[in-house]
Parts: sequence; structure tokens; C-alpha cells
Amino acid sequence: MAKVLVVTSGKGGVGKTTSTAALGAALAQGGEDVVVVDFDVGLRNLDLVMGAERRVVFDLINVVQGDAKLNQALIRDKRMENLSLLPASQTRDKDALTEAGVEKVIGELREKFDWVICDSPAGIERGALLAMRHADVAVVVTNPEVSSVRDSDRIIGMLDSKTLKAEKGERMDKHLLLTRFDPARAARGEMLKTEDILEILSIPLLGIIPESEEVLKASNLGAPVTLNSPQSAPSKAYFDAARRLKGEQVEVVVPLERKGLMSRLFGRRVA
Amino acid sequence: MSLLDIFRRRNTAPVARERLQVLLAHERNVIGKSDLVATLQEEILAVIAKHVAIDRQAVQIKLDRGDKMSMLEIDVELPIPPAKDGARPRAA
Repeated sequence: MAKVLVVTSGKGGVGKTTSTAALGAALAQGGEDVVVVDFDVGLRNLDLVMGAERRVVFDLINVVQGDAKLNQALIRDKRMENLSLLPASQTRDKDALTEAGVEKVIGELREKFDWVICDSPAGIERGALLAMRHADVAVVVTNPEVSSVRDSDRIIGMLDSKTLKAEKGERMDKHLLLTRFDPARAARGEMLKTEDILEILSIPLLGIIPESEEVLKASNLGAPVTLNSPQSAPSKAYFDAARRLKGEQVEVVVPLERKGLMSRLFGRRVA
Repeated sequence: MSLLDIFRRRNTAPVARERLQVLLAHERNVIGKSDLVATLQEEILAVIAKHVAIDRQAVQIKLDRGDKMSMLEIDVELPIPPAKDGARPRAA
């Protein structure tokens, strides 16, 4: 039975697209058939993070409007054959997404894949609502920072009221993915602690992704971090999160960055 | 940073946590429902406007939402109504 998962946050720049790509590639490496769908019409970026920007011919809107078949728009990853991308349109207006059209496409994707991962645009407008509309599971991406936590709270409220599942009176399965976390700063009292955020948002924790240089390196190269450096700290956290999504019980730990002697001696952070 | 600053430095995360708790307790109540303070503000102004023409730009509204109580302060400048028959208003 296919699962539709929305990666959402309200606030922009917290790591939705990075997490969509990383979780998608992690699930695919676990043998699942995965498609990642970009809902950010007009500001698509999942193609770039996945390294498929030069292979986009048709997009989600073409499929929604019937100008292209789903199979023509799906881009199969070159590194993994069980990972595909459905890109968003870069030129079209976001109003071109219709509710009925999205429903049809999601229905077709459910037939073909084990996991349909929808990368939501930022905000609480139509695009974000359509991305979460058909979800069975939601991953709420949050940074340990006040504005991100506030926006996540708002999005959790919408997941509980504006989705099909909520309208049918069912409970939406929501998980918190804490990204850009710096354990040292949290321990020093300079950053909101995981327990604080969990207490405020009161949804279960899917994983804690430590702040890491590997994430930017991977996006520079156009590869999900879980494919580019599977042994890195953030990748380990994403792999654990993917296993939890599959229902496995995995203890939550924050993998620490292993630093060599040279980077310890000279690796001063800029910020 | 002086040596004193090191001892004086207060942790900021607990402040963030407290601010969020107060704010979200309020926002969760308000979103989707009517906000009492906002409703009061609108209705009080409407009542005043029934009797005096008030310039919305000249109305000062201060709001302080707290954990246990909120304070709404409405400051309206009432213009002296123009006297009828062209007579000048007299001081009372």
C-alpha cells in the first residue's frame, strides 16, 4: 500500500527540499520504490538538488492539465533506478494546479510507487495546501529557532484541519524533523533544546539532523546528501528517520560530525 | 568580551521557549475562532463612530497580550462637533 508523505514547514529555507531529497534517496536505498514530487510551482528546486535540472522536459502542471502523460514527466534518477522525480513547472502560474488534477496525479503515483514524497512550497497558501491535501503522513521540518517553531505550529494546525484525512475525521500522522541542529549550542543554552520544541509542538520526533557542511556540498553537486556522503552525520540521521517512517523502532541520537585533527586546529567557523 | 561578560552571559534559549509558549497559547486560540480582544476593539470603535465621526488614523491602539491577562488600550481623539447655525461652540 503506497504512502503519500508531505514534507512541509510553513517557513521557507528550513530544509524541506534537502530533506525531501535525502529521505527519498534513503528510502530508495532501503529498497522502496520512491517518487519525489515538487509542488513549488514557479520556484522549483528539487530538480536542482537532485541533479536532474537538465533532464526536465515535462512537469507536474503538464500532467495535471493533460498535456503530457505521467510517464513522460517522471525522471528516473541516474544513480538509483527505484528513485524518480516529478518536477514542478518553473514558468507557469501556481494557479494552474487544480485540486482535481492533483488528486488524479497522486492517485496514479500511488499505483506505481511505495512512497510518494511531496515537497511543499513555503507559506500557507494554495500550493502548500495542495501539497498536503492527499497526504497520509506529514513530516514537519523545523529549525531550532522561534520563527520556524511558530510557523510549524501553524502548519500542524492546517494538517489537522485542511487535509482530506482531517476532513474524513481521521488523524493525520505527523512527525517532527528537526534540522540544522547544533548540539553544542543547545547544550550551552544558546539554542532551543529538542525537548522544548517537542513540548511546544507536541508531535513525535522523526529525527534530528545536525548542522553540517555535507548538506551544502551535496546540493552543490546535485545529489541527495544520503547518496553523496552516506556515512556523514546528517546522512546517518536521515537514514534513521527513513527507517522510522517505515515503522521501525530506532533510538534517536544526534550523530556527531567527525572532525580530523587539521580541521579541529584550523576549522574556525565563519559565523 | 570582558571577563565580566562571561559570568554575566544569560542563556537565550529559555527566553525563546517562554516567548513561544505564550505566543502559541494565544495563537492556537485565535486562529479559526474569533479573537475577543480584536472583536472588542472593532465594536468599541463602531459604537464611538455611531456618535462621532472618528478618523481611523487618529486612533491609537495599544495591545499587550499576556499569559494570564491581556490589555487593550484605545485612545480616541474626539473632535469638537461643529456647532449648528454657524454659532461658535462655547466652552462649558
